[in-house]
Amino acid sequence: MIEIIGLTKQYGKFTALDHLDLHIGEGTVFGFVGQNGAGKSTTFSILATLLAPTSGTAFVNGYNILKDPKKVREQIGYMPDFFGVYDQLKAEEYLDFYGASYGISVNERKKLIPQLLELVNLTDKRDSYVDLLSRGMKQRLCLARSLIHDPEVLILDEPASGLDPRARIEMREILKELKAMGKTILISSHILPELAEMCDVIGIIDQGKLKAQGSVAEIQEKLQGAKSMMVKVNRNIERAFAFFEDNPDISEIERHEDGASIQFLFKGNAEAQQQLLKACIMQELDLVSFAEIETDLEDVFMEITNGGMES
Amino acid sequence: MKSWLMNPVLNKEFKLRFRSLKSFLGVLFYVLAIGIIVIGMIFVQQLSSMGGVNPEQSRELFMMLSVLQFALIIFITPGLTAGVISSERERQTLNILLTTSQSSSSIIIGKLVSSVAFLLLLIIASLPLYSIVFLYGGISPRELLTVFALNVFTVFVVGSLGVMFSTFIRKTIAAMVTTYGVMLFLVGGTGFLALIATSFTQMSQTGTPTTNILVYLLAMFNTPITLVNLFQPSIGEEIARMSGVSFPLWIAHLISYTFIFITAIVLSVRKLRPKMKAKK
Ligand SMILES: Nc1ncnc2c1ncn2[C@@H]1O[C@H](COP(=O)(O)OP(=O)(O)O)[C@@H](O)[C@H]1O
Ligand SMILES: [Mg+2]
Repeated sequence: MIEIIGLTKQYGKFTALDHLDLHIGEGTVFGFVGQNGAGKSTTFSILATLLAPTSGTAFVNGYNILKDPKKVREQIGYMPDFFGVYDQLKAEEYLDFYGASYGISVNERKKLIPQLLELVNLTDKRDSYVDLLSRGMKQRLCLARSLIHDPEVLILDEPASGLDPRARIEMREILKELKAMGKTILISSHILPELAEMCDVIGIIDQGKLKAQGSVAEIQEKLQGAKSMMVKVNRNIERAFAFFEDNPDISEIERHEDGASIQFLFKGNAEAQQQLLKACIMQELDLVSFAEIETDLEDVFMEITNGGMES
Repeated sequence: MKSWLMNPVLNKEFKLRFRSLKSFLGVLFYVLAIGIIVIGMIFVQQLSSMGGVNPEQSRELFMMLSVLQFALIIFITPGLTAGVISSERERQTLNILLTTSQSSSSIIIGKLVSSVAFLLLLIIASLPLYSIVFLYGGISPRELLTVFALNVFTVFVVGSLGVMFSTFIRKTIAAMVTTYGVMLFLVGGTGFLALIATSFTQMSQTGTPTTNILVYLLAMFNTPITLVNLFQPSIGEEIARMSGVSFPLWIAHLISYTFIFITAIVLSVRKLRPKMKAKK
């Protein structure tokens, strides 16, 4: 369980994180989405006790990162967005070193390492030098490493970035297994659809502030449950606007600058949509078109992170 | 104590270093080089004095060897240690290491010991060669042990400075330059200043004998003076006379360098991880 309270990080005068509040329940897979520079890595670094916040704090399984950093480190497995590996070290030895760093006994390590290599499909690479592995393999090995002390919380900073599609899928499969093991997982990405499928909750961060948070279903509802619709009228736009505005299933209604189009979110199934169109005609609105417009997660993300100012 | 021996960083670095053939070749060449120097010098001395090396010459040989090895230590140790933390930072392996539950002191000590271990191995491996000198007399076992102990001590003190600069300075190159700079000052700078201070003392010697405590303080921080003083106690006596301090110079050196060592280690341990407690 993670509780972030008023977390703020300033680099000089620049505010990278601005009073971030976040609650992530046990066993939740939380997707942290934001453009490059939004503050994801900063948040994760603070949770991993690698960076001191300017103000605010966070609790990991009840341990305060400011007061009990050592306990916090025991709770989490952290995978940075960029990391290096030691050369001249074999995959097995790599895991063995970090196992020892967590104070795991030699015997336990001997049992654990083959299991972890199996989990990330690297069993046949156990004698390979880590610096010679492909990027995707290094990424998986690093994931195995972050699991070595069986942490309850996993913090994965853009684990899929820089991977080819195949490696991405492999990574996703492993994460599904971890989720099934009941771990609390924080995972970041600058691409929303990448996370949507595997996360229970998504938080969208922009310029150090949390812009939206909710279950994937809630965010998808906002998009797909509520369709974006565009209506064009020939004349009498005021009357049409008033009509749509009165409908309880319609939200975020906007008039376009061309003076003839109205855009809104409509919550309802095909049946309801048909009724709406029927009602428009009965009311003798001067419609020339009535259409759904394509939206996907990416659009919502862009809309939220741009504050609806551009595009 | 047990946990130090089980130090994960130390274990890993040992594994890496002593796995390669290069390390063993290194030891071999070092011992060979010292051996050739020793045998060469003995040979030259035998030629010049006709018939055996006398104890005085043997003693001279021993001193030369000690100074040589000492210079080597001071020259090599910064290079071995000034990159231990900064290079992990540069290669982006430091973050991961810091998120493990290994304590900061364990990481720092492990890094220090593992980085100087090879040098210590060289010193130990060259010990038998000293005993060749030993055969001709002129030095006592106690002197030999003292020089050996001073060597090891110096390795750790210089090493702790290297580790400290490596922790504080982000770039390995900068950390190395700084460490070499500080060593240059401790080896040459303090000696040079001590000389200047000495000449001032001597100049004012026309009238009443004056003393200058600065001479003592500078000599105390100077490793070569301490080393040479081991063979030539007259130097210590001279310094005592000029400074008016009769406290044994080598003890003062030991104390001051132990202080440097502890300070460097404590500062490194503190600096390694960010202070999480917000100010105020
Ligand atoms: N050490 C630093 N010094 C100054 N600015 C930094 C530093 N680290 C990050 N930043 C800035 O903080 C912001 C957030 O960075 P980051 O958390 O890495 O974003 P993200 O991971 O979401 O891409 C960026 O604008 C970045 O330039
Ligand atoms: Mg990032």
